[in-house]
Amino acid sequence: MIVNRSEIVIGRIVLVVVLVLTVIPLVNMLSAALQPADVNPTGLSFPTDPQWINFVTAFEKGNVWRLMGSSLFIVVFVVPVSLVCATLAGYALGNLRIAGGRFLFIFLILGLTIPFEALIIPLYYEIQALGVLNTQWAVILPLIGLYMPFSVVWMRAHFIGVPQELSEAARVDGATRWQEFRSIQLPLARPALSALAILLFLWTWNQFLLPVVLISDPLNRTVAGALTFFQGQYSSSIPLLNAGALIIIVPTIVVFIIFQRQFIQALLQGAVKG
Amino acid sequence: MKTSVAPRRAAARTAARRGTLYGWLFMVPALIAYCAFVIYPLAMGVQYSFYRWNGVGPSEWVGLANYIRVFTDPTLLTSIGNAFVLIAFFTLIPLSAGLVLATLIRSMKPGFFSSASQTILFLPQIIPLAAAGIAWSWMYAQTGAVNQFLSAIGLGDLARPWLGDFQTALPAVGLIGSWVLTGLCTVLFLTGIGKIDQSLYEAVRLDGASWWREFITITIPGLRQEIAVLATLTVIAALSSFDIIYTTTLGGPGRSTLVPGISIFRIGFTQSEVGLASAFGIVLMILVLACVLPIQRLARVSNR
Repeated sequence: MIVNRSEIVIGRIVLVVVLVLTVIPLVNMLSAALQPADVNPTGLSFPTDPQWINFVTAFEKGNVWRLMGSSLFIVVFVVPVSLVCATLAGYALGNLRIAGGRFLFIFLILGLTIPFEALIIPLYYEIQALGVLNTQWAVILPLIGLYMPFSVVWMRAHFIGVPQELSEAARVDGATRWQEFRSIQLPLARPALSALAILLFLWTWNQFLLPVVLISDPLNRTVAGALTFFQGQYSSSIPLLNAGALIIIVPTIVVFIIFQRQFIQALLQGAVKG
Repeated sequence: MKTSVAPRRAAARTAARRGTLYGWLFMVPALIAYCAFVIYPLAMGVQYSFYRWNGVGPSEWVGLANYIRVFTDPTLLTSIGNAFVLIAFFTLIPLSAGLVLATLIRSMKPGFFSSASQTILFLPQIIPLAAAGIAWSWMYAQTGAVNQFLSAIGLGDLARPWLGDFQTALPAVGLIGSWVLTGLCTVLFLTGIGKIDQSLYEAVRLDGASWWREFITITIPGLRQEIAVLATLTVIAALSSFDIIYTTTLGGPGRSTLVPGISIFRIGFTQSEVGLASAFGIVLMILVLACVLPIQRLARVSNR
């Protein structure tokens, strides 16, 4: 590549400016969170006397353990169930190429662009009729359905890429369909599955609309949905609100930094396939 | 399976039929979930949209009256208009900023700095939108960092509570969307540029082409697929925005930041006009499709 020096310098400068702009709102939260809880802070300021105690207060007042538990409960159901259903369906559409598969595929694609807001009103009455309103199931069940079109399309894309010859070879060797699925297809699908798992985890953990509408007690919501509760709880104290919000976003950031390569891969692929 | 005994073709046919049987069985769980929580509510939404119903009492058939209200009620029209204004901030700014940034950063050597900057650019994608809303409400507050910065550079006269001002609330909310989406666009464009044949760049450079010509003739055409993907994603995000608005302005002041998502929420659950809210939901879905399908078609045409 032919690149001259001035381009490198300009690129660096622009990049640094953008990085600073990206980080400022987050740093600003931290700076506010470390100010004394009973004084309204002014803008971005260096905490001369950092009040780490604010995090402890926000943690206790916000029932963060319960919130995390509730979020985890929701994730633990949504992600594995979606993965299993999507793998089976993706295998049927991508590898078995079943009759009528094209029709099913288009039927699923239809669901890809429906905004959740368009379904939220009827969903409310459906969940009410099912008798699970205000429980975690009110979010778990619809999310599995709502994420299904994307998940199936994702897994189908993977299985279509696996050469048919592999299945044929296995069957010639006398493997049953189940054996072939278990010992050939599943191991090959690992990367696609883990990327999908990351995406589903992130979307569920950060899901806001459904918990806000379908679960009235904020402590039974996802952590993101509970942020509104924090806003009410700490409306008088900007430092505590920011401390609470930071507590909620830090776990995702930590998980992100640990698995960042997989995350970025998954999100980029997710964008392209979605 | 006794494939070895039967003649090959017949075996293949049986296998295919078996495959279809299994395949449909495999489809069942996914289809149940999809039909129960996407197709069924969609059908119910269509049904509700033709009725006047407060959610508990008896309902009354009103034909297209709810749809007519969606397109005549000034409040609802405002929220649709605002959603289209948001496209400028959710789609145009992040895409153009992403393109420029990716071109500028392209020259960077892989290493700690470049991977660290990728991580940072992605942070806004990882945190919940609701948390982004909280972070930015504080940035925009009367005593917040934005006003602090303006005073510091001598523009203190401009300081105001950005989210509480009728003039600035919508652009202020929109810029939060730009903040969230620019990183994603930049990183996706960077990977896209990486796939463009580098000899193309070298060829135009040798021809003495300007930076601008290179951008127009090579970078943009090379990235058209990424552009289409990101345009689709961000337009959907703009039209169906909810989390950010809910945690910053709730549609206010007045109705200056009202968007369809918030309207549906308010009409359906605060005003208990289930039919009208459902009709607005259907309209929102059609709006999204009407914006997304042409983008998809454009992408496909330019791919040929």
